[in-house]
Amino acid sequence: MSDLTKLTISQALTGLKNKEFTSVELTQEYLKNMEKGRKYNAYVLETPGEALKSAELSDMHYQNGTARKLEGIPLGIKDLFCTKNIRSTACSHILQNFVPPYESTVTQKLLDEGASFLGKLNMDEFAMGGSNENSCFGAAINPWSKDVALTAGGSSGGSAAAVAANMCAGATGTDTGGSIRQPAAFCGICGLKPTYGRCSRWGIMAFASSLDQAGPMTKDVKDCALMFEVMAGFDKKDSTSANTPVPDISGVLGHSIKGLKIGIPAEYRPDGLNEEITTFWDNAAQMLESRGAEIVPISLLHTKYALPVYYIIAPAEASSNLARYDGIRYGLRVNGSKLDDLYINTRTEGFGAEVKRRIMIGTYVLSAGYYDAYYVKAQKVRRLIKQDFEKAFTKCDLILAPTTPSSAFALGDKHMKENPINMYLNDVFTVSVNLAGLPALSLPIGVGKDGLPLGMQLIGKPFDEETIFKAAYGLEQDVNFKRNV
Amino acid sequence: MMSEYTIKIDKNEWEIVCGLEIHCQIISKSKIFSAASTQFGDEANENVSFVDLGMPGMLPVLNEHCVYQAVKTGLGLNAQINKYSVFSRKNYFYPDQPNGYQITQYEYPIVGKGFVKIGLSDGSSKEIGITRIHIEQDAAKSIHDLNPKKSYIDFNRAGVGLMEIVTEPDFSSPEEAGAFLKKLRSIVRYLGTCDGNMDEGSMRCDASISVRLKGEKTLRERAEIKNVNSVKFVMQAIENEAKRQIEIYEQGGIIEQQTRHFDPQTGTTKFMRKKEYANDYRYFPEPDLPPLYLTDEYIEKVKSEMVELPDAKKERFIKDYGLTAYDADVLTESVELADFFEKAAKGHDGKKVANWILGDLFANLNANKLTLDKSPVAPQMIGDLVDLISKGVISGKIAKDVFATMWQTKQMPTQIVEEKGLKQVSDSGAIESMIDSVLAANPENIAAYKAGKTNLFGFFVGQVMKQSKGAANPQMVGEILKKKLG
Repeated sequence: MSDLTKLTISQALTGLKNKEFTSVELTQEYLKNMEKGRKYNAYVLETPGEALKSAELSDMHYQNGTARKLEGIPLGIKDLFCTKNIRSTACSHILQNFVPPYESTVTQKLLDEGASFLGKLNMDEFAMGGSNENSCFGAAINPWSKDVALTAGGSSGGSAAAVAANMCAGATGTDTGGSIRQPAAFCGICGLKPTYGRCSRWGIMAFASSLDQAGPMTKDVKDCALMFEVMAGFDKKDSTSANTPVPDISGVLGHSIKGLKIGIPAEYRPDGLNEEITTFWDNAAQMLESRGAEIVPISLLHTKYALPVYYIIAPAEASSNLARYDGIRYGLRVNGSKLDDLYINTRTEGFGAEVKRRIMIGTYVLSAGYYDAYYVKAQKVRRLIKQDFEKAFTKCDLILAPTTPSSAFALGDKHMKENPINMYLNDVFTVSVNLAGLPALSLPIGVGKDGLPLGMQLIGKPFDEETIFKAAYGLEQDVNFKRNV
Repeated sequence: MMSEYTIKIDKNEWEIVCGLEIHCQIISKSKIFSAASTQFGDEANENVSFVDLGMPGMLPVLNEHCVYQAVKTGLGLNAQINKYSVFSRKNYFYPDQPNGYQITQYEYPIVGKGFVKIGLSDGSSKEIGITRIHIEQDAAKSIHDLNPKKSYIDFNRAGVGLMEIVTEPDFSSPEEAGAFLKKLRSIVRYLGTCDGNMDEGSMRCDASISVRLKGEKTLRERAEIKNVNSVKFVMQAIENEAKRQIEIYEQGGIIEQQTRHFDPQTGTTKFMRKKEYANDYRYFPEPDLPPLYLTDEYIEKVKSEMVELPDAKKERFIKDYGLTAYDADVLTESVELADFFEKAAKGHDGKKVANWILGDLFANLNANKLTLDKSPVAPQMIGDLVDLISKGVISGKIAKDVFATMWQTKQMPTQIVEEKGLKQVSDSGAIESMIDSVLAANPENIAAYKAGKTNLFGFFVGQVMKQSKGAANPQMVGEILKKKLG
């Protein structure tokens, strides 16, 4: 038997269907790989017992001919998702022993289609960060690292590392400002940030409610589509979830993209952009063009404001969303002589530096006297950014742009540590999409001179993941990326 | 012109400026953002969902019925219904606020300006302006007296829907505030949108109070009195807080904007905090809930489901039943009472029915500490009783006894009169023979009467009535007696 963990989800499903191997065997292979890959610190909790039990059930389903869409596929789950009776911490000390009595809607949908969970994946604390260094469990390590330990990206660093190192068949991530796409790019895998409202946020610990969106992180585009179809869908428990039917994406993969208009935003090509990335970008455009797509220049005028706007709105919402972690009802409690001391002690000890920084920023921008100058203004500019995209999409069907301005950097990088802004600049290509609520998929575009993967993202119209997938599938075939970790 | 309420100190005449904020728990089976029950009085922490506890990843879902109730209340207060409203987060830390914020409405409330008409004891009436109504979630309840070292939290109340009704600073006397609260309570009870029980906390009141010299145009600094939980307390709080402020001004002091606490033991207010120590609530639009849009059709539908409100009912009672304004006012205080009256009055003399309800029935209910729904006397009995009197079957005096009997036995008056033989004797022959026997037994008194002691007439009537055991028609007795005595 060849290494089953190298199989994509769609390949594994075929193998399981054809009884070439069982789900238990597949799961055991992944468990072995997880053990081997512990150096990557991708998992913060392994749940082999649950995974094997679920695999046994799946094998029965295959026996009975009642296999579901993801029957017997072992997945990894970002620790931001609440999983019933399984510790869920958001990689924060403040929730270090939190075991939810409920299952998030998205993970429940995966379970309902026969998937099993191998464990919980590392991330930046409460999804705040771009390097996974803000995890209370320490950073996940990029499996592409050679001499120096590189970041797997963030916040879904554990998810990206686990998929890249074949420690799960696919993983869930969440993307508030690039947290799926950036780690996917850094680790040479695919990641989709769906349209805001596609996937229910119920049961996912909130970072910034108006931006958060769950999505799949997978070995290839087809797997991304498979997982997306299961994860997406209206949920009456989330009032911001969209009551829009989920299209049959797998069915359109391989369809021609002839006549499709691909926009290239001028503002994403600032002076000093990494030349290598520019080349990959141009090549990608050519590949799409040779498949019959038309390349059109577009303008997203307010792009330069996206980052500051994001770093006002996201912290504002976070400062409020994280107020519930107060030591009263669950999670860490550090007592004090007065009530205020209990709050201060609990939150001082429970939260890491970056989370505290964002709570401070968010509290500040919402404060009396500053609210109009920061929060209200940021919301106005957010609308302008959204309008930029609406205008652009009158000229094109998709937008092609790099996912990140560089490849994975070293953990503990001095430049990044010097000033949090340097870390925030990593999100420069990703945050606009969240502000505008659009879907975007990052896929590997090649390996740079440093031997590290780079990603390109396709940004679509709201609820038009279908077109993204069509184009991404074609591009993937032309790129022919080798996941040689 | 209504009478003015001022407080005079030497030459200075002070007037009160007061506005109220009333929190009304919305009548709804489930909470405003979760499916947990709103049942009052259950075991602590019985009716709590993960949403109510602010568990990680939980999201609010708006209860449509609470929206309906708020719109209905808005219509009942003659207010504008806003077709666009927005939920906001009010951020502050407290153990009874599980999310660290309250979901409320801030810039864009569901209901805008309206008014309530109140009647005052001098017969005048006044319109009190409603500034707005917004909907929000209630907090949990902290319990500090179970253990000297610990506090407990009961989350049953957490997330129960509230309407916050804010008035204009239109109150210039404690009486006006009291009348308004009673009227508001009556309206929400009519509408079935809030049960209005201030003692159970389903209706809670804060009062903003300032004073100024009569004739001053601008407002002075105000004090906000928190959680004053009965009509009587609100009136007390206004009076005593106004007096406190006036005293300070009279002594040359100043009032700083502040929050105060009402002490029901003394009826006075106690200092809580200065304005500058107030929380910065960092309001911002709730990202978990989209803005609320109401259509004209929806508002029309709610309108079509409105019940008759106290003011309209009162007018109708005056017109249809010939009631006095005062009686109509009392009888329309609650739907239950108004319905009771209408059932009793149907086909009978409404004015007399009202008298019996407000007189003997209320007296008996009060004496026995019973509420109307526990009354042994049914509305039909009162109608029947009034009829018996009008038709001359029994006298008013006998009716009193009949009422006492039916209070005990729950029998219809007609049945009581028959069983006890209380029917009034209106047979002139029978009355004549009774008179004859009375006259025969009292020759001296006849002589005295004829000699000029005409006040003995009453004595003869009394004797006849006594002989008839009260059943003789007193009018006929008088007429025949007069004839016989010449």
